[in-house]
Amino acid sequence: MNFPFLPERASTFSDQVDFLGLILTTLTILFSALVAALLLFFAVRYRRGSKVDRSKPQHHNLVMELTWSIIPLILGLVVFAMAVIPYTQIYNPPKNAEEIFVIGKQWMWHLEHSNGIRENNELHVPTGKPFKLTIISQDTIHGFYIPAFRIKRDAMPGRYTTVGFEATRPGKYHLFCTEYCGTNHSEMGGWVYVMTPADYTEWLKKGGQGMPDRKVETAEEQGRELFTTLACSNCHGSQDTVRAPSLVGIYERPRKMLSGKIVNADDEYLHNAIRKPEDNLLDGYGQVTTMPAYKDDQLTEEQVHNLIVYIKSLGRASGTPVATKTVPRSPAPVATRPAGGTPPPANNTTPMATPGQPSAAVELKSGTQTTATPSAPTRNTGSKL
Amino acid sequence: MSATALPPGGIPARAGEQEPSYLTWSYTVKDWLLTIDHKRIAVLYLISISVMFLLGGFAAMMIRIELTSPHGQLLTSEVYNKMFTMHGVLMVFFFLVPSIPATLGNFCIPLMIGAKDLAFPRLNLLSWYLYTIGGLMALSAMIMGGVDTGWTFYTPYSSVYSNGNVSLTLIGIFIAGFSSIATGINFIVTIHKMRAPGMTWFRLPLFIWAHYTTSVIIVLGTPVVAITLALVVVERLLHLGIFNPALGGDPILFQHMFWFYSHPAVYIMILPSMGIISEIIACFSRKRIFGYSFVAFSSIAIGVFGFLVWGHHMFVTGQSMYTGMVFSALSFIVAVPSAIKVFNWAATMYKGQVWLTAPMLYALGFIGLFTVGGLTGLYLASLAMDVHLNMTYFVVAHFHFVMVGGATLGYLGGLHFWWPKITGRMYPEGWAKLAAGISFIGFNLTFLPQFVVGYLGMPRRYHYYPAEYQIWHVLSSAGASVLAIGYGIPLIYFLWSLKYGEKAGPNPWGAIGLEWQTASPPPMENFHEIPVVTWEAYAYDDETEHGAQEDRKDMPGTEAAVRQEAARDTEEGHPQGHPAAE
Repeated sequence: MNFPFLPERASTFSDQVDFLGLILTTLTILFSALVAALLLFFAVRYRRGSKVDRSKPQHHNLVMELTWSIIPLILGLVVFAMAVIPYTQIYNPPKNAEEIFVIGKQWMWHLEHSNGIRENNELHVPTGKPFKLTIISQDTIHGFYIPAFRIKRDAMPGRYTTVGFEATRPGKYHLFCTEYCGTNHSEMGGWVYVMTPADYTEWLKKGGQGMPDRKVETAEEQGRELFTTLACSNCHGSQDTVRAPSLVGIYERPRKMLSGKIVNADDEYLHNAIRKPEDNLLDGYGQVTTMPAYKDDQLTEEQVHNLIVYIKSLGRASGTPVATKTVPRSPAPVATRPAGGTPPPANNTTPMATPGQPSAAVELKSGTQTTATPSAPTRNTGSKL
Repeated sequence: MSATALPPGGIPARAGEQEPSYLTWSYTVKDWLLTIDHKRIAVLYLISISVMFLLGGFAAMMIRIELTSPHGQLLTSEVYNKMFTMHGVLMVFFFLVPSIPATLGNFCIPLMIGAKDLAFPRLNLLSWYLYTIGGLMALSAMIMGGVDTGWTFYTPYSSVYSNGNVSLTLIGIFIAGFSSIATGINFIVTIHKMRAPGMTWFRLPLFIWAHYTTSVIIVLGTPVVAITLALVVVERLLHLGIFNPALGGDPILFQHMFWFYSHPAVYIMILPSMGIISEIIACFSRKRIFGYSFVAFSSIAIGVFGFLVWGHHMFVTGQSMYTGMVFSALSFIVAVPSAIKVFNWAATMYKGQVWLTAPMLYALGFIGLFTVGGLTGLYLASLAMDVHLNMTYFVVAHFHFVMVGGATLGYLGGLHFWWPKITGRMYPEGWAKLAAGISFIGFNLTFLPQFVVGYLGMPRRYHYYPAEYQIWHVLSSAGASVLAIGYGIPLIYFLWSLKYGEKAGPNPWGAIGLEWQTASPPPMENFHEIPVVTWEAYAYDDETEHGAQEDRKDMPGTEAAVRQEAARDTEEGHPQGHPAAE
């Protein structure tokens, strides 16, 4: 049995947390020691019958009361302020952070890198690169926790949570579930492998260790396939129709709802719009929708995520569309619609919005692989979901 | 309404020494089970709460035995999960919440304010029945297969995924909640309306202030958790979408509603304990409490701010970042009133006549452990730190320092302090000091290692855990067995003292306070004549200046009796102004 005292530090955040811990521990020891010393000293010195000066006992003293109220208050608020900044940083990851999608389910973690590599109960990341985890649960609440990174975030059913990190030290670290989730809660977890950038590149080339087949479909490719097989493209074309809005360029754009409320078309919004279209009606498309609600038994969280990644690839507000593949093999479903020359929605100012460009830009998205079976896009990837 | 609790047709005689006490005026089971005397109801509560404590302690021992090995040996994961749920449910809802108010509060509040009973004696009896029914339901749910949700009953696990007897347990807690509410209402009305003549608000013992605040929290908070738990039952049985996102509900809503009660519930558990500590420290320092009004108002401040910090349980859920900041700041502020109390207690001992009795040892232990418990709470109030520590053993260690090192040690201190009053017998002082020492050592050995293993990353509610954490768990389990001995000894000598203990007399500690002016055990009606109060709370200082009391055998009632006599003389004209006298 070894005798560990502090957990390993393997992320930028872990240094900040441990520094805070040092301050808090100092304060705790100082104050506890002060109180203990006072109690012991008084108990001995003023023990019953001891011959010491007890003249002029005091029963109240405003100055002392204020002293021991205000000093702890100030110290507390200083610690509070110090703890706020790192918190906002990890829950607000930088824009350039690479995304990893995390699904918790009884009793495993399923992780999906943006390049399509999937892992179960394992996570491989390089040092020196910011990552953003987008987390959701497929059943009950779970807690995604990497002690060596000091990061934790609950995986909630039906809503996305995020946490960011940047690993600093190569090694193998625990991955736990921290929100009680049933019988095998304590076995839900695995390992995080932090690698040097060179090792990581090597690992990527192999398509991830332990993956049974090297053909890796990206989330975007799978999303595109789903988009076709579910016939989303029948209504959501490259331009708005009477029935449905186009999804081109809507990602992270403000949308006006039937209620008049303006909401941002972020991951959360798209997730809800797929799961419960009837609760997310846009202004200008009537009071009802013909779109079916895609519930848990029709689409897994992973599939919803893939759809969102695909929608995101159709252009985002901030600018250039995310293009990862360059060799078009087949026309993309959206691009095949008669789109050429049609002006996009008026508020769309992304490059993709330029007349004539959408088809070209979207065509860039069409996948390179030809082996995927459209009917079961998530079943042939080595994932044990 | 009449405040007296005389049994039908059973008015006790007023014949001095031979007069029967509340324990001896009748021995029939009926007179115990249908009593409306607050003292008897307190004893009923004491017995039922002790049973719950032993059952909860049994579950804790199973957990600690199991965790000595990283792979478990004794239990399956399913049974392990049921054990920690049983431990949490019994200890929180059926031991900690009612422990001090329903036993010591019930017994002492009327005595301390000079009343003959609580304002609503029948409601008081009803509360014990509600507690018993709720407790039996929760216990039968555990016997018939158990519950595996954890005491927090987070949805959607509890409302959708758990196969245990969740509904029955929740209904049991729901019913027991009404027993808390009944007790709370009773205390509020009693403290407002039934104080003896001259017992102004600022002459009240701080035990009363603490219970007053506690009662307000109970009355405001308990209905919320009752509704919340009832909604879980509704979702479970009727599949109405309230917390389950698949049905359009929101699981975070449950957490908000649950912690809106359950965080203030921490103060329901700790405030009465703080009240006890104020009594004990003043009595055994033979000194007025330092900064009476600061201690009294810090209870109120804790009560108010305690309702505004529930969100600090949810920093790592989907709660907004800015919400988190507000709750974090408020959590730091709520620490201040606790600090005020601790320093005032220490200052009370300054220039006192410190008498290290068993209750005093418990009180000193409380102050030390509560300080550590409170300070480690600041780690969890710090946003970035909480991201790391939330849901780990650090949290477990922190709240056990507050709940066991604080609330339970205070409860034991209070029990040792008022045991002579409740039973009329002394327990063996040497054994009691030994038990206090063993508990203190056992407690620290149990829970200090949990801070370390928590910081290392060990999540709570884990049956299996990585082998590198084992050493800390072994230390913790070793401490738990020491702690069990520390709790076992009082159980034995308390029972022993009932028959063999030395007779205590009215005031074995030479304490000031109305409860010490009547016989031990008190007569059915508490006071033959309603006392009239002309002195401040904790008026010990005359003694302090004249030197220590030599032997407690000289003490009984002398000081107090003189005072009472004097009071009666001066206020002869208007004793009937007191509501309880009518």
